[in-house]
Amino acid sequence: MTTDATVKARNAASLGRVRRSAAVDATAVVIILAAAALLYVLFPGSLALFTRMVAIMMLALSLDLVTGFAGIATLGHAALFGAGAYAAGILASKFGFTDPFAMLGVGAVAGALAGIVSSVVILRGRGLGQLVLSIAIVQLAHEAANKLSAWTGGSDGLSGIAPAPIFGLYRFDLWGRTAFILAVALLVVVFVLLRVIIRSPFGMLCRGIKQDPVRVRAMGAPVYGTLVKLYAIAGAVAGLGGALSAVATKVVGLDSLSFTLSAEALVMLVLGGVGKLFGALIGTFVFIWFEHLVAAINPFHWLTIVGVMLIVVVLFEPRGLTGAAEALWTRARGGRR
Amino acid sequence: MSLLDVRQLRKRFGGLVVTRDVSITLGKGDRVALIGPNGAGKTTFVNLVTGHVRPDGGTVLLDGKDVTRASPTARVRAGLVRSFQVTRLFSEMTPEEHIALAMLQRLGRSRRIFADFRSMPDVVDEADRILSLFNLSGIARVPVGAIAYGQQRLLEVALVMALKPKVLLLDEPAAGVPSADIALIERALAQLPADLAVLMIDHDMDFVFRFARKVIVLAAGGVIFDGTPQAVAADARVRQAYLGSYADDRGTA
Ligand SMILES: Nc1ncnc2c1ncn2[C@@H]1O[C@H](COP(=O)(O)OP(=O)(O)OP(=O)(O)O)[C@@H](O)[C@H]1O
Ligand SMILES: [Mg+2]
Repeated sequence: MTTDATVKARNAASLGRVRRSAAVDATAVVIILAAAALLYVLFPGSLALFTRMVAIMMLALSLDLVTGFAGIATLGHAALFGAGAYAAGILASKFGFTDPFAMLGVGAVAGALAGIVSSVVILRGRGLGQLVLSIAIVQLAHEAANKLSAWTGGSDGLSGIAPAPIFGLYRFDLWGRTAFILAVALLVVVFVLLRVIIRSPFGMLCRGIKQDPVRVRAMGAPVYGTLVKLYAIAGAVAGLGGALSAVATKVVGLDSLSFTLSAEALVMLVLGGVGKLFGALIGTFVFIWFEHLVAAINPFHWLTIVGVMLIVVVLFEPRGLTGAAEALWTRARGGRR
Repeated sequence: MSLLDVRQLRKRFGGLVVTRDVSITLGKGDRVALIGPNGAGKTTFVNLVTGHVRPDGGTVLLDGKDVTRASPTARVRAGLVRSFQVTRLFSEMTPEEHIALAMLQRLGRSRRIFADFRSMPDVVDEADRILSLFNLSGIARVPVGAIAYGQQRLLEVALVMALKPKVLLLDEPAAGVPSADIALIERALAQLPADLAVLMIDHDMDFVFRFARKVIVLAAGGVIFDGTPQAVAADARVRQAYLGSYADDRGTA
């Protein structure tokens, strides 16, 4: 039978695995920071673009939680992003609360609430039904924002957002340096938190629900409540992204609450690789960078390229760019043996 | 008082009556076998009792409380646990994660979002103990989609044990398990707490008769026999409905 020594060894090994996961996260953080520093130095004129990337990365991360980890199909995820953007924007322009952290906090809360409302509607459906309901949600939200122009500025967009300096010290400069640094700091915090959450018992439950909800119920765990909670977390992340974009760009437009943005987020996620969190970051980066390069030449080309990119990814590497990288890595290691 | 008291349970699918006024009670420490020909309604009975399918009539009492309308989740929390005839597992998760998740649920820790079971010694220890009971330690960290079907069947039983039920309904736990490994299931069943009530469905008669002290036979949705394993083979209706050749084999052996 097992002795004290083997039990101790086993627990030590188990803690070792916890530490290895932490080391992977730490490495990811170092890579994110290094990439950010590199971009900061090499492309000082494009910081606004990178800040927008980070905001959209939050949307893609949020979508990965819901779709990648819990298997809920949605084409309306921008509703959560837009809720955060408008909440932060309205707070600043209509109520005069311009502290950036207050704006971000309110954005996250609004996103979480929008997430809860969305989940209650979307979870009524199944498969295709979920997709249809999710599209309905984002369209309704879009229409509501359009109609409530007294609050949202309607199709002109919401302007008059003037975030105060961070800690009263660091102004949002013309070059977007402050905004970029804030964005990267937020991204690192959110990314690490999400990595912890997906390994947690709650995260395991979500993965279990994706693979077999009947089994989850037969283990005595709630399916519906777990998914609503996940949606609230995802909503907070997307809402934070929206609020970040409001803080950084000082305007909120109806496009932040659109079906197009929802669909693009899904494309970015598929491109990067679903269910890994890393994929959301890489997919968003590649997508927006390409968009920026190609759209400058001809917007029509851009749509063509998106189409081709998607076909290539889905047909040849359904696990996305991160999946391809993983395969290469495994092959390289196998080859050396 | 009986732990599980099922009264006059009825279910029909379209025109087909699949459960015909079935009443069964299980008390502490009972080891009951539920047998019957294919399509007799055994799995449906388990689905009805555990809340996966709604009955048309009848009541289910668990520990004296009426749970007929309760959700499957609530029944599991009250101690009524079932295994599945066709394995239902999470293909991308490892056996260790399966057992850990079941335990976390039992211990009320499955909602935690800033925790990691690998830093909980009690969970790691018990998961390891359960897995080694089923000879699954070697593949504890391999995704379930990549392990043999027989091992998945064993994990299915290990998983329900990790939930520490009061009443356990096993739907053909040995189906699909290589005969050499059936001994593992028997060994695990022998280690179940003595006061647990177990109802087991299986087609392997030798396995069933070694395990059960009472046998219930279901045919065409109705109970046609309820008695000892010794008496079942001698019962004319059972022989006719189901056991026929098997009983004759035993008779001549
Ligand atoms: N959801 C359902 N809808 C319609 N008919 C069903 C459903 N579930 C089961 N049945 C039918 O009910 C009958 C009993 O099925 P059940 O699975 O309960 O039998 P069983 O005794 O478990 O059989 P086996 O030994 O093959 O597992 C079968 O004729 C089956 O086709
Ligand atoms: Mg069956």
